[in-house]
Amino acid sequence: MTPLIVMSLALVAVLGTAVVLTNEPERQAVTLSLFGLSLTVLFVVLQGPDVALSQLGVGAAVVPLMVMLAIRRMRRDQEREADGRGEAGE
Amino acid sequence: MSSRGRLALFLLGAAGVAVLFATAFLGMPAFGSEDHPYRDLAVPAAVRHATANVVSSVNFDQRGIDTFGEETIVLGSVIGVAALLRPAQRESEQRPPPDRHRLESTTLLGYVLLPVTLVVGLDVVAHGHVSPGGGFQGGVILATGFHLLYLAGSYQALARLRPVEIFDRGEALGAGLFGVLGAAGLAATGAFLANVIPTGSFGQLFSGGTVPVLNVLVGLEVSCGAVVLLTHFFTEAITLSVGGRRERGGGT
Amino acid sequence: MNLYAYGVAGWLLLVGAFGVVRSANLVHAVVSLSVAQSGTYVLLLCVGYQRAAGAPVFGSTLRPSTRVTDPVVQAMTLTDIVVSATVTALLLATAVQVHKQQGTVDPNRLSALKG
Repeated sequence: MTPLIVMSLALVAVLGTAVVLTNEPERQAVTLSLFGLSLTVLFVVLQGPDVALSQLGVGAAVVPLMVMLAIRRMRRDQEREADGRGEAGE
Repeated sequence: MSSRGRLALFLLGAAGVAVLFATAFLGMPAFGSEDHPYRDLAVPAAVRHATANVVSSVNFDQRGIDTFGEETIVLGSVIGVAALLRPAQRESEQRPPPDRHRLESTTLLGYVLLPVTLVVGLDVVAHGHVSPGGGFQGGVILATGFHLLYLAGSYQALARLRPVEIFDRGEALGAGLFGVLGAAGLAATGAFLANVIPTGSFGQLFSGGTVPVLNVLVGLEVSCGAVVLLTHFFTEAITLSVGGRRERGGGT
Repeated sequence: MNLYAYGVAGWLLLVGAFGVVRSANLVHAVVSLSVAQSGTYVLLLCVGYQRAAGAPVFGSTLRPSTRVTDPVVQAMTLTDIVVSATVTALLLATAVQVHKQQGTVDPNRLSALKG
């Protein structure tokens, strides 16, 4: 087992844990993207270029983007509701 | 259940799973060993059909019907997202806020990268049977490429270039033709998705028989499907509920 | 050696499940689920790895007689990644819909999810 594999496996484990322990979903989109990149590196090291390419597009770009857009939608609804409540109180 | 009780239950289960995992892992062939019986069968099968990328051969030739099932999952989930995120009657599409602060270099970079990404995506789809890549990877690259327009220009620019109906149809066309090609194999040889096209010579652009054709169809489906998915999420992010959120439990 | 490489896969599955259990936000739960699923990618690719073998893509430099890593598990991982992405999309859309209906995505405050 080469040091490169040991290191990229450790990176994947650490970043995966970081994604789960990130409580704010906004930041989670960023850690998820980094985790996706670390998986890509691991797959390259393990001689799976097809898988790495797929993981790069899906795991590091598309899924974090969807997470961000979903959060943005919820945030806007929440802000709007908070505004509405503030006006009603006046 | 209280969150503490839930956590305790989880930790108990997790400890059990960890023990099972450790037992299984210690009994498995050593990491990095020579022992790969499936590889020893898949590689000669790929070589017989002149497909240089063995992973593509497994996906589109040897395990073609599984990939057909996977394509159906993609189609189904895109339809599901479209149904879940269709705008309610009380929502109206708001004009997105005009330009926010955007660095000129970002705009430039986006416009420069857009054609590059599209070309790379097409290349990855077209050479999926001779080099790493294929329909999935290229399709995702193409779909991401379209969204560089959002980074570079504006949402309006993206919306103009992205008539959703066309992508809807593209996705359905890709999935449908996959089935048609499978049926052609069935009619010709009696096996669904049988490799009926002459396989050509190893490593050439025209090789692998049905593999590059299926790659293109999957590329069409995945790129269109991903664009439709992202479009729904983008629309969701820029629309507002007109009447605030719906009353809790109203109607159900 | 075995325990370390495969253990990372098992760890991802367990830590993802842990995230789902302690999650206070459905989006967080969905993301944690995708971490748990990525454990399967790591396991599959580690199973298919062979020391000093090339990638299973032949060309002018790599003749079909040379040893390569297992293409079957890589093809499965490819399917796995695509399915994981579509499932995540579907779950995120459900979370958005739940938020529209109930105004919250905290599983502890969702009336229909109380158990």
